[in-house]
Amino acid sequence: MNNIIAMPVVIPLLVSIILVFLRPFIKVQRVLSLIALVATAIVSIYILNSIQMNGVLRLDFGGWKPPYGILFVADSFSVLLVLTTAIVSSIILIYAFSSIGRRYENMFFYPFVLLLIAGVNGSFLTGDLFNLFVFFEVMLLASYVLITLGGKKVQLMESIKYVAINVLSSWFFLLGIAYLYGTVGTLNMAHLSARIAEVGQGPLLTIISIIFLIVFSLKSGLLLYFWLPGSYSAPPTAIAALFGALLTKVGIYALFRTFTLIFYHEPSITHTLIGVMAAITLVGGSIGAIAYQDIRQIVSYNVVITIGFILVGLAVSTSIGIQGSVFYLVHDIIIKASLFLLAGTMIYLTGKTSIEEMSGLIRNYPLLGWLFFLTMLALAGIPPLSGFLGKLYIGQGAVEAGSYILLALAFLSGILVLYSLLRIFMNTFWGETIISEEDEIPLRKGLLLPCVLLGMMTIALGVGAEGILVYVEDAAYTLMNPEVYIDAVLEKGK
Amino acid sequence: METLITILVGVLVAVAVYLLLSRSVIRIILGSAVLSHAIHLLLMVMGGLKKGGVPLIGEETENFADALPQALILTAIVISFAVTAFLLVLAYRTYQEAGSDDLQELRGFKNE
Repeated sequence: MNNIIAMPVVIPLLVSIILVFLRPFIKVQRVLSLIALVATAIVSIYILNSIQMNGVLRLDFGGWKPPYGILFVADSFSVLLVLTTAIVSSIILIYAFSSIGRRYENMFFYPFVLLLIAGVNGSFLTGDLFNLFVFFEVMLLASYVLITLGGKKVQLMESIKYVAINVLSSWFFLLGIAYLYGTVGTLNMAHLSARIAEVGQGPLLTIISIIFLIVFSLKSGLLLYFWLPGSYSAPPTAIAALFGALLTKVGIYALFRTFTLIFYHEPSITHTLIGVMAAITLVGGSIGAIAYQDIRQIVSYNVVITIGFILVGLAVSTSIGIQGSVFYLVHDIIIKASLFLLAGTMIYLTGKTSIEEMSGLIRNYPLLGWLFFLTMLALAGIPPLSGFLGKLYIGQGAVEAGSYILLALAFLSGILVLYSLLRIFMNTFWGETIISEEDEIPLRKGLLLPCVLLGMMTIALGVGAEGILVYVEDAAYTLMNPEVYIDAVLEKGK
Repeated sequence: METLITILVGVLVAVAVYLLLSRSVIRIILGSAVLSHAIHLLLMVMGGLKKGGVPLIGEETENFADALPQALILTAIVISFAVTAFLLVLAYRTYQEAGSDDLQELRGFKNE
């Protein structure tokens, strides 16, 4: 039946367990983990097309009809993200093959990456709030291990804050779940939505919704991003790229899901608050991106800016704004992975982290320079590339809703993103070359190939936007009309 | 009974917040552990305490107790156990590397 929608979780989970027993066989681990992720991508393409034919799919575990059992719900929004996650993580995995080093590969690197992906996919697919908490924990525990793996001093110091803040926010999540269960007596998201629509979202429920807002803001780095730049700068490139591309996106997904499906009745309070938080995030992230000399810090602050930008779409909550956010979310998973990989490669090649100490890289590594240039343009939203359409739609949404302050901040931040990256580009790629031809570290194909693949994806996503727009429109339609989701989940449960 | 447990939850949260606000890593970990216990208790209270019989077919009562919070708590306890264990190990490793458990001194990047 619909068993296939559990596959994006089951495949990585099972393979990761098998890989634990194959510890000495690194080649086998590499091949198996890559196969698992590619298989996940293929399965999610199938699911995505099947949703277009049959509407929102669901899978009741153990045959318990909703709202009694735990279930997976696959709509276009979640499966689009699952698909992008699978593709981008397999590309990052290819980068890891030639960069992560034997020490990591011996210490269960691949199993934990797959567990992380299983947790991420589970969070995207689940239709139950408590189950979302559990998948968050699966993802976070895997991320705790990945961020501390290697055990360098800086890494441990930064990651203890990351772990502590995430543990705390997990307990707040549980607190919100407890209150919500006490108030409406259910945890199935569709059922929650239906019940809240029945009783009306009173002050009590609005306060509970703000607890969820705080929790997911901590996870996604909306306003509460103080932990993000430090901890994303510490781990090795491949892991940092996985984090930068995926982890915050799960928090953003949860924000979109809860505030379009469950708590959408009081937009004057909750959505205004999201708007204010997004605005401050945009400003704070922009200041951070300009202030630092360390490439890793600049890149991490770019993650923060994007979070604010995507949530402008949710704050204005118009159909076109949400479409823009969904599109930009997909684009950003790709482009942040690319940015982290390129920055990491530059640090690997020069052995320096500050932009002041690098110079003239374009002479030694021309392709790397052009790829960075391409990524920069895509992030700034230059038309043929993938960032453009998302920015356009979010901008249109803001105009429709009349939120001109958010609009101005969103596009001003775009210029600052461009400036911060241009600063990296001009300092590191232009100027006198500092690496003589004898000292030049050869840029291995294994490092360059993933960056090229991601660059090609951003061009493809920009040029072929028509193709993906069908899915994005459907995703936005389901988000804007919660009854589609509710009907799909509860039709037979009544 | 519910009121009493709610007050207990409040006390636990107060203790947890006090511990979390300190600078020592070990206290923060203990604080997060206490907070998790407080929230597990809260989950139980939210389901209602002692409302009826055991929720099994064949029990001869009018009302059945709500079994869901128990299941949630069980899952949450396992997670909090795993997370706290991980945090303790991480704190010990950090202490070994950095020679301090004061969060003020645990700055990874100097030029912040």
